Amino acid sequence: MGRPMQVSRYWRHFKEKYRLIGGKCKSCGHVHFPKRPVCPECGSQEIEEFQFSGKGKVISWTIVRNPPSGYEYYKPYPIALVELEEGPVVLAQLTDVEPEEIDFGMEVEMVTRKVREFEEDGIILYGYKFRPPIK
Amino acid sequence: MRKPVIIGVGLTPVGEHWKLALRDLAVEALLNAMEDAGVDKVDSLYVGNMASGSFVEQENLGALIADWAGLGNVPAVKVEAACASGGAAVQEGVKAVMSGLEDVVAVVGVEKMTDAWPSDATRYLAYAADAEWELFHGVSFVALNALVMRLYMKEYGYTEEDLALFAVNAHANGAKNPYAMFKKPITVETVMKSPYVADPLKLFDASPIADGAAAVIITTEEKAKEFVDKARMVEVAGMGRAIDTINLSHRKEFLFLRAAKVAAERAYKMAGIEVKDIDFFEIHDAFTVMAALSLESIGVTERGKGAMLAKEGQIAIDGDYPIQTLGGLKARGHPVGATGVYQTVEAVWQLRGEAPNQVPDAEIGLTQNIGGTGSNITVTILRRV
Ligand SMILES: [Zn+2]
Repeated sequence: MGRPMQVSRYWRHFKEKYRLIGGKCKSCGHVHFPKRPVCPECGSQEIEEFQFSGKGKVISWTIVRNPPSGYEYYKPYPIALVELEEGPVVLAQLTDVEPEEIDFGMEVEMVTRKVREFEEDGIILYGYKFRPPIK
Repeated sequence: MRKPVIIGVGLTPVGEHWKLALRDLAVEALLNAMEDAGVDKVDSLYVGNMASGSFVEQENLGALIADWAGLGNVPAVKVEAACASGGAAVQEGVKAVMSGLEDVVAVVGVEKMTDAWPSDATRYLAYAADAEWELFHGVSFVALNALVMRLYMKEYGYTEEDLALFAVNAHANGAKNPYAMFKKPITVETVMKSPYVADPLKLFDASPIADGAAAVIITTEEKAKEFVDKARMVEVAGMGRAIDTINLSHRKEFLFLRAAKVAAERAYKMAGIEVKDIDFFEIHDAFTVMAALSLESIGVTERGKGAMLAKEGQIAIDGDYPIQTLGGLKARGHPVGATGVYQTVEAVWQLRGEAPNQVPDAEIGLTQNIGGTGSNITVTILRRV
């Protein structure tokens, strides 16, 4: 197992990991996730917060069968590249779905789920995962 | 600018070295290289290593290895660029010689991976990814490559069997290499019967976790004459290196190694050659799909045709584009931070005409070493003097 997670290391990413807030360049309009100090398109440092809708589609996926230590609990679990409807691609676990149901272009929406816990007395990490939308 | 040449090589077999520590492996390879070059002292040491702090709780490898190898009070540092650490260390050594600051430089690449539990090793390798936005979600390094593999097969219509041909070629060549971890040929069926690690990527699509060390001695062409005959000199004719986004999901293109293209173009320009002049390629086939993407990105073939070269048999020793002539990462083994130096040693063997699996009349060879999921790449051109 890895060392216990430092609380501050996780706490500083609440906006991104709980609410999917990223960045938008005031100069060229490029949106990205997570928020960066410098726009990857035009180099501007004028970046404002941007709220993503959480809707997207799967562009590739895999099933993790030999996870890194600390993630054994859920194995095997699906991980996907999800293209958000606003453009950026994010990597995340898929949830509430059977591996054989996953396909290219499958629509998904963001949900908050437990990602990892650190031993019995350790902190629990939550974050975004994606699932097929509840219709 | 002074012309850098490699005058000595040394290495240990790649494998599970339960009885040897990181320092034992590094010192053995380093002393072998010094003996091969006929030098008894060097001006400095560059150590290629990715994750010694995680794997064996040891950093400060410059001091450790120079001290234990008896090099005296030389400058010595570790060079880290994930799995491209070895290639980067070779290039730092070459730069030191070219600059005129140092005349005889030692480079050793070393990684000791089997002292860690397999799931911890999986974790440490994933440190080359983006910790907060990739590893956080429980992705392994294999899984990141599996995401690329699935896209490659879909985009260009290849099957898992097609990509398995890269593993078959690597194992066929590795069988001739006494320093390789796997010395047994395999078939497509072997790959297809191996279990999924991260679908569609199977155990035999991936290079093994291993221990090993390799070393080279670099000096100037002028100085080299003091130590070896011309036939034993290999020129470092060109080199380039570039990065791409550390996070795979931030890439503009998932099926093109932009950093490999930039690094290769720099290396070709410096060497004054074109890709068609190259006789063999030691590319970074940590995963079968990466062999295909590498061939495309360094300009051997166009996009989507990398796997076609394997299907047509052109990557074999007697093909137009021999790759992984001593087994590559897949069969020789992939002690991550050492791999780029192993590639360099193998290229030197080919160019001296000493390879157990010799490419006939090889004059120019290329090594390409990938760190991260294509995020940090070195390309080096080696030429017979
Ligand atoms: Zn911008």
